[in-house]
Amino acid sequence: MASLPSSPTTAKGTLSPGGFRWLEAAIHGLLVACAVVSVITTIGIVLVLLSQSIPFFRQVAPLEFLTGTKWAPLFEPQHFGILPLFCGTFLVAGGAAMFAIPLGLGTAIYLSEYAAPATRDIVKPLLEILAGIPSVVFGYVAVVFVSPLVRQVFPQADLFNALNACIVVGIMILPMIISLSEDVLRSVPRSLREGAYALGATKLDVTLRVIVPAALSGIMASFILAITRAVGETMAVSLAAGAEAKLTLNPLTSVQTMTAYIVEVSQGDIPAGSLEHRTIFAVGLSLFVSTLLLNVCAQWILSRMREKYE
Amino acid sequence: MSTDVVISDDRASSRDPRMNETTPPLPTVKVSASTNQRETPSRSADEMAQQAKKVVAHNVDFYYGSHQALHAISLEVPEHCVTALIGPSGCGKSTFLRCLNRMNDMIEGTRVCGDILLDGEDIYRRGTDVVELRKRVGMVFQKSNPFPKSIYENIAYGPRVAGLRKRAVLDEIVETSLRQAALWDEVHHRLDDSALQLSGGQQQRLCIARALATDPDVLLMDEPASALDPKSTAAIEDLIFELKTTYTIVIVTHNMQQAARVSDQTAFFFEGHLIEVGATNALFTKPTQQKTEDYITGRFG
Repeated sequence: MASLPSSPTTAKGTLSPGGFRWLEAAIHGLLVACAVVSVITTIGIVLVLLSQSIPFFRQVAPLEFLTGTKWAPLFEPQHFGILPLFCGTFLVAGGAAMFAIPLGLGTAIYLSEYAAPATRDIVKPLLEILAGIPSVVFGYVAVVFVSPLVRQVFPQADLFNALNACIVVGIMILPMIISLSEDVLRSVPRSLREGAYALGATKLDVTLRVIVPAALSGIMASFILAITRAVGETMAVSLAAGAEAKLTLNPLTSVQTMTAYIVEVSQGDIPAGSLEHRTIFAVGLSLFVSTLLLNVCAQWILSRMREKYE
Repeated sequence: MSTDVVISDDRASSRDPRMNETTPPLPTVKVSASTNQRETPSRSADEMAQQAKKVVAHNVDFYYGSHQALHAISLEVPEHCVTALIGPSGCGKSTFLRCLNRMNDMIEGTRVCGDILLDGEDIYRRGTDVVELRKRVGMVFQKSNPFPKSIYENIAYGPRVAGLRKRAVLDEIVETSLRQAALWDEVHHRLDDSALQLSGGQQQRLCIARALATDPDVLLMDEPASALDPKSTAAIEDLIFELKTTYTIVIVTHNMQQAARVSDQTAFFFEGHLIEVGATNALFTKPTQQKTEDYITGRFG
């Protein structure tokens, strides 16, 4: 029997409010203020987008904007159909996801289930470095290295093409998919792994039939976050994909994404307040709404899956 | 609490009521079980001696890194008997149990010396198929760990990874296993519900059913009832009692009453050493070692 450590009895405090109560209140207030700043910022951004978009939509019918198949606001005759930009954006994001998701999930499974701790200790920091590379560098890499490579394989490809962007954006979102998926895979309780191994399961059985299904909601969340990031990616895409708003699914041609268009107009000498300038707010609002929808969609999928698995 | 396990006549006869005459009442541990089935709490030493040695451990040392957790453990587990491993926390009983299906292989930096034979074959010999070993030596864990899948899929998992695909066969295995684990009547109408909706006791019986579905020879149980209420504990103990007719069971328990109630043979571990092993009745009534006596009479631990 261990004896309790003997401690000198100390005098108990009185029940009247102590001197530190005001500090509690102050910290509470400070933390509320922190939260309020980000909420207000978000509301402010939405308000700016709306206030600048409303004048735009007074001049251009929303239906024409959403269904028009030609985007040429800076040339005569002007066209304000956002579909080509939408198409470019999702061509790049979809292409990037198609290549990053299998590669990312495979790497995550390898790191979490197969790799020796020593290997993991080397690969994880490397991935963090990859995640820390500025996106303009990726754009540069796309133009200088990826594009010539693509054009060697597909000689008919444009110098700036969607495939370039798919590849570099895919590489950019890869660390995100790997590290988020690996976290959820590793957070699957050890007891589940042991339970499966104790039944005579091989590593592959355990991984594919227990670990991945149990972590599926988190894995899906990592995919959708990565796709959202790809949709919002700007710098690399505007360098790699070109600046031709085209309604096409051909990855070898030059396309323009919503973000790249906003960059183009912001850099140029379009007078603020003109209809042309307001297009960027309308496009920005569309971008905001589509990523929001993507996130809501992700939340919905997650909640559905959670019901099934927990 | 009654179980729905159907035992064939020859199996039932192995619990011979005459054994009572040779079994003195236990003075230190009250064996009043929760059910009426415990008139013959355990097999006698002579009876166990007649059983084949299912698992034989010889001079087993075990190391976590440089820390030696087991010292020269030698223990024989007779077939169709329940062997209880008791001892205070950290005494190595769970570690020893996990050596028997090589579960410790999964922990980095562990090392085993000595021999552990299953049906005369060394399970630590180079080239042993660990997957095959674990199909023969099933395990139930302290904390119930159902997969986040349906009740049906939990049971079918083992047979499926063993390559079984036919739905009709799987259906049958699921039903048999759940009946063996005395869970069928409670869940047969909702096999497609998530296993996580079951109560704690049901989840643990599901885990037992899951282990039985792979048709093991040996069932290892690591404190299977430690997190359960008395009613669920009684259900699990009833179950162990029924299962020993078909399986060889090794159970780790903190609870000496439980060891006395369900086991035929008891091994007392202390600080990584096997202090004493013997027929449960003998060990609890006439321990030969002072440490064992101190422990079972509650002087420490």
